[in-house]
Amino acid sequence: MPTHSYVPHAPGYVDNEGPKIVTSRFGYEDSFTLERYQATGGYQALRSALDKKPAEIHSEVREATLLGRGGAGFPAGIKWGFLPPGKFPYYLVVNGDESEPGTYKDRLLMERDPHQLIEGCLITCYALGLQQCFLYVRGEMALAQERIAQALNEAYAEGYIGKNILGTEFSVDIVLTWGAGAYIVGEETALIESLEGNRGMPRLKPPYFPAAVGLYGQPTIVNNVETLSNVPWVIENGARQYKTYGSEKSPGTRMFAVSGHVKRPGVYEVEHGVTSFRDLLYGDNFCQGIRDGHELKMFVPGGGSAPWFFEEQLDLPLEAGPVGAAGSMLGSGGIVVMDETTDAVKAALRLVRFYARESCGKCTPCREGTTWEERVLQRILDGEGRPSDIELLLDIADNISPGPYPVAADPAQELDAIPFPPKQTTICPLGPSSVAPIASTIRRFRHEYESKITKRDVIPVAAEKAMS
Amino acid sequence: MSPADEANTVNVTINGSEIAASPGELLIDACERAGAYIPRFCYHSRMKPVGMCRMCLVEVDTGRGAALQPSCMLPVSDGMTVETETDLTKKAQDGVLEFLLVNHPLDCPVCDKGGECPLQDQTVAFGPGESRFVEEKRHYEKPIAISDTVYLDRERCILCDRCTRFANDVAGDALIHFMDRGNNTQVNTFPDEPFASYFSGNTVQICPVGALTAKPYRFKARPWDLEETISTAWTDSVGSRITVQSSRNQVLRLLGVDADPVNWGWLSDKERFAFEALNSEERLGAPLVRNDQKELVATGWGDALDRAVAALQGTAPERIAMIGGARLTNESQYAWAKLAKGVLGTDNVDAQLGDGLPVEAVLGLPRATIDDACRPGGTIILMGPDPKEELGALYLRLRHAVLNDGATLIEITPRAGGLSGLASHSLHPRPGELPALTAALVAAVGGEAVDTAGVPAEAITAAAAAVAGPVTVVLGRASLAETGESIADAAVNLNALDDVSFLSALRRGNIHGALDAGLSPGLLPGRATLSAGSERVGEVWPGVPESAGLDTAGILAASAAGDIDVLVLLGADPINDFVDHAAAASGLEGAGTVIAIDLVRNDSIEMAADIVFAAAGPTESSGTFTNLEGRVSVCEQKVTPPGTARPDWMLATELAHRLGADLGLDSPESIRAELVSVSPVHGGLSEEALAAGRIDGVLVEGNGDIAAPAGTTAGVPSNDAYSLRLVSTRSMYDDGVALRHSHSSRGLARGLDVRLSPTEFDKLGVKPGTIVKVESSRGHLLAPAFADPSLPPGSAHVPWSASGSPASSLIDAGAPFTDVRVERS
Repeated sequence: MPTHSYVPHAPGYVDNEGPKIVTSRFGYEDSFTLERYQATGGYQALRSALDKKPAEIHSEVREATLLGRGGAGFPAGIKWGFLPPGKFPYYLVVNGDESEPGTYKDRLLMERDPHQLIEGCLITCYALGLQQCFLYVRGEMALAQERIAQALNEAYAEGYIGKNILGTEFSVDIVLTWGAGAYIVGEETALIESLEGNRGMPRLKPPYFPAAVGLYGQPTIVNNVETLSNVPWVIENGARQYKTYGSEKSPGTRMFAVSGHVKRPGVYEVEHGVTSFRDLLYGDNFCQGIRDGHELKMFVPGGGSAPWFFEEQLDLPLEAGPVGAAGSMLGSGGIVVMDETTDAVKAALRLVRFYARESCGKCTPCREGTTWEERVLQRILDGEGRPSDIELLLDIADNISPGPYPVAADPAQELDAIPFPPKQTTICPLGPSSVAPIASTIRRFRHEYESKITKRDVIPVAAEKAMS
Repeated sequence: MSPADEANTVNVTINGSEIAASPGELLIDACERAGAYIPRFCYHSRMKPVGMCRMCLVEVDTGRGAALQPSCMLPVSDGMTVETETDLTKKAQDGVLEFLLVNHPLDCPVCDKGGECPLQDQTVAFGPGESRFVEEKRHYEKPIAISDTVYLDRERCILCDRCTRFANDVAGDALIHFMDRGNNTQVNTFPDEPFASYFSGNTVQICPVGALTAKPYRFKARPWDLEETISTAWTDSVGSRITVQSSRNQVLRLLGVDADPVNWGWLSDKERFAFEALNSEERLGAPLVRNDQKELVATGWGDALDRAVAALQGTAPERIAMIGGARLTNESQYAWAKLAKGVLGTDNVDAQLGDGLPVEAVLGLPRATIDDACRPGGTIILMGPDPKEELGALYLRLRHAVLNDGATLIEITPRAGGLSGLASHSLHPRPGELPALTAALVAAVGGEAVDTAGVPAEAITAAAAAVAGPVTVVLGRASLAETGESIADAAVNLNALDDVSFLSALRRGNIHGALDAGLSPGLLPGRATLSAGSERVGEVWPGVPESAGLDTAGILAASAAGDIDVLVLLGADPINDFVDHAAAASGLEGAGTVIAIDLVRNDSIEMAADIVFAAAGPTESSGTFTNLEGRVSVCEQKVTPPGTARPDWMLATELAHRLGADLGLDSPESIRAELVSVSPVHGGLSEEALAAGRIDGVLVEGNGDIAAPAGTTAGVPSNDAYSLRLVSTRSMYDDGVALRHSHSSRGLARGLDVRLSPTEFDKLGVKPGTIVKVESSRGHLLAPAFADPSLPPGSAHVPWSASGSPASSLIDAGAPFTDVRVERS
């Protein structure tokens, strides 16, 4: 089987020969230039949009059921409708702070096709009557920042951005900002705080949506990079055409980033809702199965914050509803596959440590609880575990996320799935996210914890020393 | 309840019982009213909620099912159902408490907060007996000094955001903030920038753990050994309410009390740490007399009093004068007024030291309260000192009003100050030309403006257009190099505005009590002139002066001319406090016998006093205090004075007795009763009213018999083209005698310098910090020069009362402004 179909100039991207809505230009080496973008139909959607009324554009997007690609999966057309009338100015903020563990699709979209994103922003601004857009790119993504900056300059020079775009009354400014390296800034209210120049800490809800009170206290639409990259295609080809792809509830395509123990890890654009995890992980056009001689142990289905799935969940479609009911989420589209060589406790620690390090420190349960979890897990791995530690971990988890935590069904133990989402004592979902690996692994692999605590699989160093 | 109120009421069910609440009220407050106290750490009723500690989670159902919600963030809504005692709530709260304790050191036995610590109390009440956390706790260097007075122990910190919110939101000194993230989140200062805030002590008071401690109290006492009583802060005239806490007859700590009309629980550091000066070893514990070797030596009370009586009996009333009195309680002020004016018969009495305003401007204009000034939608005209430097708690109230309640601030000051960033319009007229500017401003309301006093016409027009709603003028003496008379003239002009009232910004301690007690030439107790009050006062006083006497400037001039035989310094230090240093010195030298009543030796005492009475200070005697609104609040005695020092009122009655008169005053209560009997404005000041107003005080309203100042039309002479006009303002730490005796704060006094607008500084052509010569017609001084954008061109600033040569050596007290030349030395 071919394992070499990576696109050399787009490292990480795999061309899977399926329908392409947002990755159509990834095959060109110069896909990020204005020249190539225009040569492949770029900015035509903007031109046709400017001929229509803004409300028509909005209803086209609403009609297309373009689901948000940041994690929550909220329909963009509906979100746009939350803007309170007459409270100008409104702002559009593009969330390019992609930091969810296992996710790297937005980075490729920004690096390979920045003009597509910019065109999406411009159409959105036109549809909603906005004049100011902020592009917030994750601090570590140097190439993405460089390419977007270059693209913005080209687009300004060409008259796509700025005053009286393409000779119309429509004017927009797009500003590029980059983060200082905090995972939590991917949370939309923390991103707004950071954009305002403050410490990136989430705001308290209510108000629940920045559409009511957002950047500088004004109504603000925050959209993900992939979501906005879909907009030019939707406007150019229409909602009806868009809905020919994917399932009824989840039309179009979606990008998934697969990493871990598969033969061909990478970013794939797949049809939304009709493709299953099994298709994606085992299909010849996709990841081509677990690496030779090994078998699937578990996988993270939607970024590090998602509770884990196993063999039994492979046939679920890549669609928010069924995945949520099965106890996890599609989230940001980051799938991490682990085979039987993976130590479940170590894997859990790896993710928990990430959340402990990235906790912003604002609210108590997350700030103290995530680090405590990390230290208990580390202690268990160091052979210093106590029999009460499993219950302790579950209770710390319960104090961060009270009540039954979402987990997948386990037929072997005759346990049902607990549907997503979790409850929280925290301000934002970061703290509860740290519970996902713990709740998932303790339910399924409790024996691995127990064997480490009872030291059946570690060398009792202290005893050995005592004997010598 | 009126129908309007009813429409504005929502019903909330708290633990099964329904209560009415006003929309916008936070759930945590509504529950507390309903008797269901919800534990909290980060929530503070005077600051914006942040919902960070998560301790106040309760189960709330707004129709979509019960869920845990932070009650400090949630406004009540109609039909809301709240459960504060369910298992889910308790589990969440216990969980948060356990999280907070995970990294909190168990050093309660050596922690100053132990015994009054909300975290400790919560843990004792609800916490688990043992910790499930077996790992090592987080460690930081402990403690670190984040300013001269405040220490931070980051290990104890629970990151509630109270101190940082206070510094950023309330005080506007964003000098402390969170650093790092996750478990390593910590409060700290910016590198090399200390937490140099005038209000830093408040963060210590509101810290819910022992993370922030203040140097004056560290390791001094355990909370359970402290006794406390309510009192009033004395270092400025805001009248902030405090509790005085002492142990073993020594005052160890002052804490702010939340008086809604006054200080909202906040104190400036000067108010908070002022008690240190009272504990100074330099305090006078016995009277002093000057011996034949011209040295001041301790003596007995009999000797000291007899010498004073001898001096007073050997002269005529008009040859006796008394300066000062703002340090005293209302009762002591009344007793001394009765002694001076009623028994000795002199009207040469002045509590102001040439640094204040004419009495008519303070008492005779429509008066405003702090709440009046802070009305939403109103306009504040600041024509007085920088409140941040001189009236700290008032600054916090004004700042809040402008930032959060939509009050508009217009500044008419000689230079930019602490509130300038919030002012919608800042006018900086040339020193001495305030009357012309205010006249132009009033004319510009609905009219035209012309360039006036160095302020462009457009700026005046714009400021006039911003005047809206009720207007409060905060009126005081911004620069000591301008006369009080010209400020009074300016105030008269502003009095023509619609719906205008005036809030006095005279800063000196109980100066408003002193004026109400008649410690001013031509004044009698109860805001009465000699003519209007003599009948009432004459019924209980042996006599009443017939004509107005001299003010402090007049007294010092008469004394220099040899016309004063006995000069009484009633807690006054003219050498350091009078605006004109030369006049003060010659006046003290020319006086016959100088009798000083004070707490410590000051420069005037060293120089001229013949007899010194050791007086009891604040916290050492009982009485009342009148703040800048006219609000009277109690000051209770907490400790005994050092040695044989006595309350000031007692010294007055003793002197009177030895002079053969009986003041008929034998306790603060009896003095208060007599004051009420002779003063119609004090009619509401009954003992019952004082008891009811134990926190908020009793507002004494009205102008009494005092008419508004007449206003003059005197023009201002122009200065020559080479001169700059002198501006001299006070700073919070002005190296006064009290500061010099404060162990923790004395390093904070600012040094002497001369500041010029950047344009003027460039003309001078020297490097910043170069020593230059500042010369006026009265004298000169040498000081380092700096550029300062807060000054308008044409002005030079020399701080008041800095160590070294004082600004008072330059000021011409009689002129509307003082010209100076700044030259390379």
